[in-house]
Amino acid sequence: MGEIWEFILAPVLIFESWQFGMEVVISGLLAGVMYSLVALGFVLIYKASGMFNFAQGVLVLFAALNLAGFIGLGIPIPLAILLTIGIMILFAVVVEYLILRHLVNQEQIILFMATIGLAFFLSAFGETIWGSDVKKLDVGIPQGRFEPFGIQIQYLELTAGAVAAALVTGLAIFFNKTKIGRALRAVADDHQAALSVGINLRTIWIIVWAVSGIVALVAGTMWGAKSGVQFSLSEIALKALPVLILGGFESIPGAIIGGLIIGLGEKLAEVGWGPYVGGAIEDWFAYILAMVFLVFRPQGLFGEKIIERV
Amino acid sequence: MRLKGLTLGLAAAVAATGIAAPAVQAADTQYFPLFTYRTGPYAPNGIPSANGIADYFNYVNLKHGGVGGVKLVWEECETGYNTKKGVECYERLKGKGTTVVFPYSTGITYKLIPNADKDKVSILTVGYGRTDASDGRVFPWTFTTPTTYWSQASAFIKYIGAQEGGMGKLKGKKIALIYHNSAYGKEPIRTLELLARKLGYKLTLLAVNHPGQEQKATWLQIRRERPDWVLLWGWGVMNQVAIKEATNIGFKMDRMIGVWWSGAEQDVVPTGDAAKGYKAGTFHAAGSDFPLIKDIKKVVYDAGKGIPGGDKYVGQVLWNRGMVNAIFATEAMRAAQKKFGVKVVNGEQMRWGLENLNITAERWAELGLKGFMQPVKNTCADHEGNGPVLIQQWDGKKWNIVSDFISPMREVVRPLIEKSAAAYAKKNNITPRKC
Repeated sequence: MGEIWEFILAPVLIFESWQFGMEVVISGLLAGVMYSLVALGFVLIYKASGMFNFAQGVLVLFAALNLAGFIGLGIPIPLAILLTIGIMILFAVVVEYLILRHLVNQEQIILFMATIGLAFFLSAFGETIWGSDVKKLDVGIPQGRFEPFGIQIQYLELTAGAVAAALVTGLAIFFNKTKIGRALRAVADDHQAALSVGINLRTIWIIVWAVSGIVALVAGTMWGAKSGVQFSLSEIALKALPVLILGGFESIPGAIIGGLIIGLGEKLAEVGWGPYVGGAIEDWFAYILAMVFLVFRPQGLFGEKIIERV
Repeated sequence: MRLKGLTLGLAAAVAATGIAAPAVQAADTQYFPLFTYRTGPYAPNGIPSANGIADYFNYVNLKHGGVGGVKLVWEECETGYNTKKGVECYERLKGKGTTVVFPYSTGITYKLIPNADKDKVSILTVGYGRTDASDGRVFPWTFTTPTTYWSQASAFIKYIGAQEGGMGKLKGKKIALIYHNSAYGKEPIRTLELLARKLGYKLTLLAVNHPGQEQKATWLQIRRERPDWVLLWGWGVMNQVAIKEATNIGFKMDRMIGVWWSGAEQDVVPTGDAAKGYKAGTFHAAGSDFPLIKDIKKVVYDAGKGIPGGDKYVGQVLWNRGMVNAIFATEAMRAAQKKFGVKVVNGEQMRWGLENLNITAERWAELGLKGFMQPVKNTCADHEGNGPVLIQQWDGKKWNIVSDFISPMREVVRPLIEKSAAAYAKKNNITPRKC
């Protein structure tokens, strides 16, 4: 009986050493922030077009590949960042011109399928341009750690936290205080109504894909600084999915809070229960956690409740 | 920037096939299918590995006109390190005159083993695959030459014992194994557990899911357990992240030893200075300071006949290992030609050549690889060969060998192999050969 309780309480028992417990909590929260950075890109596009962008993970990879590639060519970091931003904006224009404008008023599943194709194309295109080698990405983010009260904290994760806070603040201002932001929200609420008041849907799509590309660049930079830039970076999208399920597909605060809950939950589970069941449980535990939330709030923590007339 | 990437990709595909592979084997050529992964998450490792094989075949043709006057032809099939695709490649290419395959994946190897006998195709798994297939009585068509994961695991424990001041000092020590959560990653567990019971060290097992991009929880557990040594059984991005995370928590790099698939340039260069001092297993030397490798550069690349962009990989750990694969196959072919008095060898003859592979120190020197590897000698019952392992260490710029050849604990590993092989034979109604 005692062993059963020991198992059940394992994630709590890690606080027997409070420093270690706090390390798990802080690491979990900061890992969650890293997931949120990826999830934000999904949210932006979903908000503006109701489209689940399957290519978002590849977009993260593509942005990081370009940045690492330009830096590798000896281009100064600020210029490399600007060039990459330029590429992401150009990419948004091309996507709108070649794909989105031809799919207006199509079923969501058609849009989703289009992004699957886009993901495969972008991945192969990036590989063709920049090669398959793992690339080191050093944009000056401090590495190493510090230990207040014996609690180890990584500079990189702390930087990611600060960047995410700045990004969310910037996006909140953009969406709420600017004309374009209000237009974006109008499009998100109702395409037809937005069109009827003169909002240019195509321009809005270009803007939202460009912003999503820039968010992907931020996420790719953080993840690339952590593990180098390589093609498995695109699979990081799988880490963002439970965040979206939990936080809601159209909420920026939801992406952040969802990320924090997922990050913290999976780390507590892995460190607490992992050793009892052979480990490597954090990936699927994140989905279980998200699904538990889904049972009680199908629209996610911050998603809008869907009410449809029948 | 590789703006000419598309052209390069096509050129690489053509060049990698060397002489355009015929639909079926010509009477005067020996055909080899190459299972490669030049795309996808594991491409950084797959490219140098594939190039090592192709470059050696190309060199043998250019320098010696083939093996015994028989030109070598080869054809690549992209598996993406995906077991299903690997099996498809095998099924598609086995009828083209295939006598031996290099699956380059433990998962693919497991799937191919049951077919090898009826297809008369040998499976050569150099440094990976199914360890118990070293028992040639049960697995006559599979070759784990020159060493296996179980041998490596036991050699690591011997090395750690030596570093600690003797095997007796291992009692009470803590060793953690961080492993890729796959058939490949789980291979050493049985050996390490057995040795833990025998030698008294505490073993902690920590699995990491594919691809291993996020390992925070794993390294938090390392922080808690504070092991004396960490063994890393990773692949691809998992290796770089592990090295980075180890540095982040302040784990001493010279107390972390990677499997030989975690010890290539691709694993350490992207992590910058973090990897300095990191150790890994290997079974051959690193670098290009050998007459054969210098000659391959000259004959293949300086003459403009190599894979476009491929010269940068020559002498890298994974390229060298690819070359070892090709050497084993061509040496087996050479032995079979001599034994059976034929030019082009068939599947059964190639199998005989592999089973009687005997590369002495003198032969390594003749090949231009003096001191590169230990002698390799297979027998009917033992398809592993001798199995010695080296430890190499990254100094921030290159890998350096920092140990003598360590003989694995044959007295521990071989009985495990035989027991496991016997269980496989029983389950699959195989009557072991008499050797």
